[in-house]
Amino acid sequence: MKLAFDKSVPGRRALRNVPSGVSVKAKIKQSLLRGKPAELPELSELDVVRHFTALSNRNFGVDSGFYPLGSCTMKYNPKVAERIGRYPGFAYLHPLLPQLPGGEMMVQGALAVLHDMDLMLREICGMGAFTMQPLAGAHGELTGVMLIAAYHKDKGNAKTTILIPDTAHGTNPASAAIAGYKVRVIPSDAEGVMDIDKLSEAIGDDTAGVMLTCPNTLGLFNPKVKQIADMVHAVDGLMYYDGANLNALLGRCRPGDIGFDIVHINLHKTFATPHGGGGPGAGPVGVVERLADYLPISVVREREDGTHYLDYDRGKSIGYVAPFYGNFAIILRAYAYILMLGSEGLPRVSADAVLNANYLLHKLRGAYHVPYERLCKHEFVLSASRQAAAGVRAMDVAKALIDRRCHPPTVYFPLTVEEAMMIEPTETESKETLDEFVKMMLEIADLAETDPGRITSCPNTTPVGRLDEVRAARRPDLACV
Amino acid sequence: MPFISNTDQQRQDMLAEMGLSDVEDLFADIPAEMRCGKLDLPAGLTEQEVRSRIASLADHNVTGTVSFLGGGFYDHFIPAAVEAIVSRSEFYTAYTPYQPEISQGTLQAIYEYQSAICRLAGMEVANASLYDGGTALYEAMMMALRLTGRRRIIVDESVSPIYRTMIRSYTGNLGIELIETCHDNGLPDRDAIEAELNDQTAAVVVQNPTFFGCIDNVSDIAELAHARGAMLIASVYPISLGILKPPGEMGADIVTGEGQSLGMPVSFGGPYLGFMATRTKHVRKMPGRIVGRTVDAQGRDGYVLALQAREQHIRREKATSNICTNQGLCALTALAYLCMLGKEGLSELAQVCADKAWYLQQRLAELPGVTLRHGDRWYFNEFVVDMPLPADKVIRKLMVRDISAGFPLVRYFPEMDHSLLLAVTEKRTKQEMDLFVHVLETIL
Amino acid sequence: MVPEQLKYTDQHEWVKIEDNTATVGITDHAQNSLGDITFVELPSPGTELAAGDEACAIESCKAAASIYAPAAGKIAEANQTLDDAPALVNKDCYGQGWIYKMEISDACELDKLMTAQQYQKFLDEQEQ
Repeated sequence: MKLAFDKSVPGRRALRNVPSGVSVKAKIKQSLLRGKPAELPELSELDVVRHFTALSNRNFGVDSGFYPLGSCTMKYNPKVAERIGRYPGFAYLHPLLPQLPGGEMMVQGALAVLHDMDLMLREICGMGAFTMQPLAGAHGELTGVMLIAAYHKDKGNAKTTILIPDTAHGTNPASAAIAGYKVRVIPSDAEGVMDIDKLSEAIGDDTAGVMLTCPNTLGLFNPKVKQIADMVHAVDGLMYYDGANLNALLGRCRPGDIGFDIVHINLHKTFATPHGGGGPGAGPVGVVERLADYLPISVVREREDGTHYLDYDRGKSIGYVAPFYGNFAIILRAYAYILMLGSEGLPRVSADAVLNANYLLHKLRGAYHVPYERLCKHEFVLSASRQAAAGVRAMDVAKALIDRRCHPPTVYFPLTVEEAMMIEPTETESKETLDEFVKMMLEIADLAETDPGRITSCPNTTPVGRLDEVRAARRPDLACV
Repeated sequence: MPFISNTDQQRQDMLAEMGLSDVEDLFADIPAEMRCGKLDLPAGLTEQEVRSRIASLADHNVTGTVSFLGGGFYDHFIPAAVEAIVSRSEFYTAYTPYQPEISQGTLQAIYEYQSAICRLAGMEVANASLYDGGTALYEAMMMALRLTGRRRIIVDESVSPIYRTMIRSYTGNLGIELIETCHDNGLPDRDAIEAELNDQTAAVVVQNPTFFGCIDNVSDIAELAHARGAMLIASVYPISLGILKPPGEMGADIVTGEGQSLGMPVSFGGPYLGFMATRTKHVRKMPGRIVGRTVDAQGRDGYVLALQAREQHIRREKATSNICTNQGLCALTALAYLCMLGKEGLSELAQVCADKAWYLQQRLAELPGVTLRHGDRWYFNEFVVDMPLPADKVIRKLMVRDISAGFPLVRYFPEMDHSLLLAVTEKRTKQEMDLFVHVLETIL
Repeated sequence: MVPEQLKYTDQHEWVKIEDNTATVGITDHAQNSLGDITFVELPSPGTELAAGDEACAIESCKAAASIYAPAAGKIAEANQTLDDAPALVNKDCYGQGWIYKMEISDACELDKLMTAQQYQKFLDEQEQ
């Protein structure tokens, strides 16, 4: 499909600008000006709208069909949240307002949202205080590790290392390294969870903390998590909870109650804000009371008269990880979602997420190799190793699903399972959709044995077929300039 | 139960197929002492109730003022077509395009966005987005440290104090030497920078227009930096690039900035859009996702995530950044906006903003006791005025009259307690500006 | 069977020793696991390394791996042809796909390397 630049017709315009309405003409010194305007497309509004409509027709979202991308919690994005996220009363609010004299009273609605979210997330996670500043999950992870560093620095502890399981998402070690820590990887045991003996050997006085997600990326809950917490706390280390898998525990189990000191949440996963094709997300971070002083500066507090204000008197804070209060419009969407679920809705989310996942696992375990013989939680990992022996790999299964108008699961993650396929249906999918997916997967498994060529040649129904990624990396063409 | 499709009967059928009778059986491996009871939260609201509740919170915000607020985040006009385009659920309900065959929409859009940023900034490659202009600037610094192997960064004081605060927060524990050089009447002080430049300096960081709104030609700073083997990082305001010389033509090695002005509302803090562009030779050390063009087996053009070996899901603790989810939909918004403005439109818009700002400057300079603080500098659409009264008092009185203006300057520049930072966009009419001048006159 | 005359490391590098100079590349097993090589980040001549230090990195579409120094020494030369033709590492990993040469300061450290038979056995054990 042609690029917008290729569709350009010199002289064509879409938006008409307002005239300046003033007689002054700003004549800036020539040497500060560009020689000619930037080569942006010249299109009419119809051209623009058709171009993007055509692009959207080459895409697939949760609204298009089943999207069991493990680790991403692709649940339905409520349209009411989208509507609320665009309310002009919030959209046109400038973030500087509460920092100006007299401005705080102009943003009371927004401050109330931030404050309420703080309180609700505390209750959901069992934490003492939250910051809304982090702008994505990985950003929350980095903030969390910075909080760990601030705690140890304040206590005069010499800590160098963060321990992470071998099933961890890549953002965990990346965040730890960026915050200046060494990373040590702890292997999983035969049950698929962190090996507590190996952990015990690795924990020492230099251990700043352990980063865990629970259930882990295999969808397995580690019943020894409190023991792990005790071991870590014994050396004054901190327990960090990667909230990517919170959907499995909502309303039933709170990280704060099982030994975690710091938590990040992915609003675009657990709390149904849209994934956006790669963001924007939001990654609020919660901490236990003793770490609250280190949180980023913009904390919203409530006065006795019910009005809200921003508290800047925070000497031990790690500072600012975002320019203002966080991705506010995303927080607002998640706020609406939590209000709609309420105390009885939240445990229903985890119930149905886990039910849907186990249902699929039950129906697929005959045809595909299952690395761990246990009930899973909200997601599970299959291995396409059996099919790979016949020449059909996880990647091929993915492409075959594409032809069947189903988004593939996450493939080749976690790294500990060969030909991994991580499936997370979420609670919003219906039994019919799940049954349809099972049918597709069984058909693919069958063809893998009887006629593998029909799988390895997929996809055949998409605008482009398999793309030459090696060429893209060896001979990069990264912009049309 | 909102958003859950299955009926109770269907749930029972599913459990029965699995040989179970109660969904609680699926949580048997979580010990009882680890469970929480019912959460202390209100019962769920219906759609009607939640809309009403939050609408009334929105009513507790005041957005109807005449705004001259800036400081890096500007109230520009957003065409309806932009909003319509990014409301298409095929775009916003999709995620990271790991399966390129069904994500050509997202991938091609990012490729076009990358191309547009390069053309605006005068650079060769751009990434798919970072969180905002501040984290983009921090990532650019880290990239320069990686590329040069050095540990020292010079940041000019006329770079946004919001961004400088963020950079200090991120790098405080990392053993990086961060030097802030003072500005010279609104622009970077070349002598101060030269005095600090040595062969341990990885980069010099500047902003154009500066935080005070002054326009600069940073070519000479680029030369100073390059002579010592250091890089020049420039943080820029994209609307201004409609008419201003792009940093790529002034010797910048990495360009970053805040893309909020390209079709996103100010939204009380986010979501925003960090952009980054650089030269092709540095691309392997650039953080963030990057989309590349390639072909399929039949020779058809297609788009894929490229150079993924830099990223966290492959490189893990050795990755160029930990970024995963970025600001995808905001990058799409910026692209749609730039297509709606187009080549002539953006250039014209920038001129309109500058014309209006110059008009306001001239009218304000007529008020007794009011002077342009950096009087002999060139401006785009933002400037600082000094007044006979303290800024705090003036701002408060302006608020009462439904005019929002200013920035907490005194927090970062204690000597500017009588100064007001003002920004003018195309949304400010002559009448509004005349009103502002009139009100200010009565206050002073 | 891997080439007899070379030595091997447990990180799947091969080492050719000629007097004080070691030429280093990756084995067939390594190039096969990585897949099509897209980029080799070559080391700079003059860099001094200890045994086990990361000398450089190699990338494919879906993976990245570090290449280590087999012993202490100084980088003498890097195979610049890999800049334009990283595929040589796949096609001829023991020959034209060599990655860097280094001058070894302590030849005794090279004694710790595996022989062809030992490496083959190491590979066979890994299969299980």
